[in-house]
Amino acid sequence: MTELEEFVSGAAGPYLAIFFMVIATFLCRTGGVLLMSRLDISPPLERALRALPGSIVMATILPMTISNGFPAIGGVITAVFAMWWTRLEIVALICGLTVISLLRFILPV
Amino acid sequence: MLHTFTFDGMIEGARKTFPLMPGTAIFAMAFGAAAAQKNLPFDQMLLMTAFVYAGASQMVALEMWQQVWSWSTLLTAMSVTAVVNARMFLMGVAIQPWLSGAPTWRTILKMFFMTDGTWLVTMRYQREGGTDRGFLLGSGLAMWLLWALMCILGYVAGALVPDPHRFGFDMIMPIFFSAMLIPLWQGMKTAQPWVIAGIVAVVVHALVPGYGYIIAGALAGALAGAYLP
Repeated sequence: MTELEEFVSGAAGPYLAIFFMVIATFLCRTGGVLLMSRLDISPPLERALRALPGSIVMATILPMTISNGFPAIGGVITAVFAMWWTRLEIVALICGLTVISLLRFILPV
Repeated sequence: MLHTFTFDGMIEGARKTFPLMPGTAIFAMAFGAAAAQKNLPFDQMLLMTAFVYAGASQMVALEMWQQVWSWSTLLTAMSVTAVVNARMFLMGVAIQPWLSGAPTWRTILKMFFMTDGTWLVTMRYQREGGTDRGFLLGSGLAMWLLWALMCILGYVAGALVPDPHRFGFDMIMPIFFSAMLIPLWQGMKTAQPWVIAGIVAVVVHALVPGYGYIIAGALAGALAGAYLP
């Protein structure tokens, strides 16, 4: 292992990761204002950026929900319906957590 | 158009941000609690919250947080963050004409504190004829303070729960994230790319180790959004 790899895998690792995240976010925040003043966003690119938030949500939660089994799937579906019904994040969160706890209590591990 | 930058403008920006605060507070507490569940040390949680200051990317980062880091996981974390926050680029393009002419360092400062919510209220203020650019900074600063405080509160609460698995606390992230689909929903057509993103992510997750599936799914969804009829 090189010194640099040791540095990354040691105590500095998480701080480096946070630093990398800060750089990436900072470039996203300022890039549009500082660079794009002379560039046009094409319609396909704009549609792509519009589709991105929901796609990120799906790509993040679907694999991990499925691999966490039936209680997790039940909780997530409940949360989506609660949100649709009430439009309140706190209600969705509480309903989702309640259903997961219940299912985990009822179902054998 | 003559633009100004005043303290009064900042106060008005902060005031107009109030209606967004309950939702942000809940999101922040959910993140803090999820971070405590992942055993993220308090100082790292606080650094991320204060300097990344972008809830969705922080939630996704928690999901892929490592005990031991390598260059490849660091670069994955950076790319995932960039993909999740790419929408801010478009927000910057949209607000750019309103900010032009100000000193670059002040533009950078305003943009550092910009979030989805503060961008939205600022765009509304601009449409109604507002010209005080302190509005954007005031709105962002108010949101940032609330975000940091509520993340800390959520972290403490999350760390106090005795048996997190039993109460489903390990699933806070996916639960909160999935609920976010509802405000994004604008009919079946908006959901088309989401379904493709989900399928691609599940397939890549099953075939390839690591967290590349988040990027693969998100990019597949963006491509679908750009080119599907």
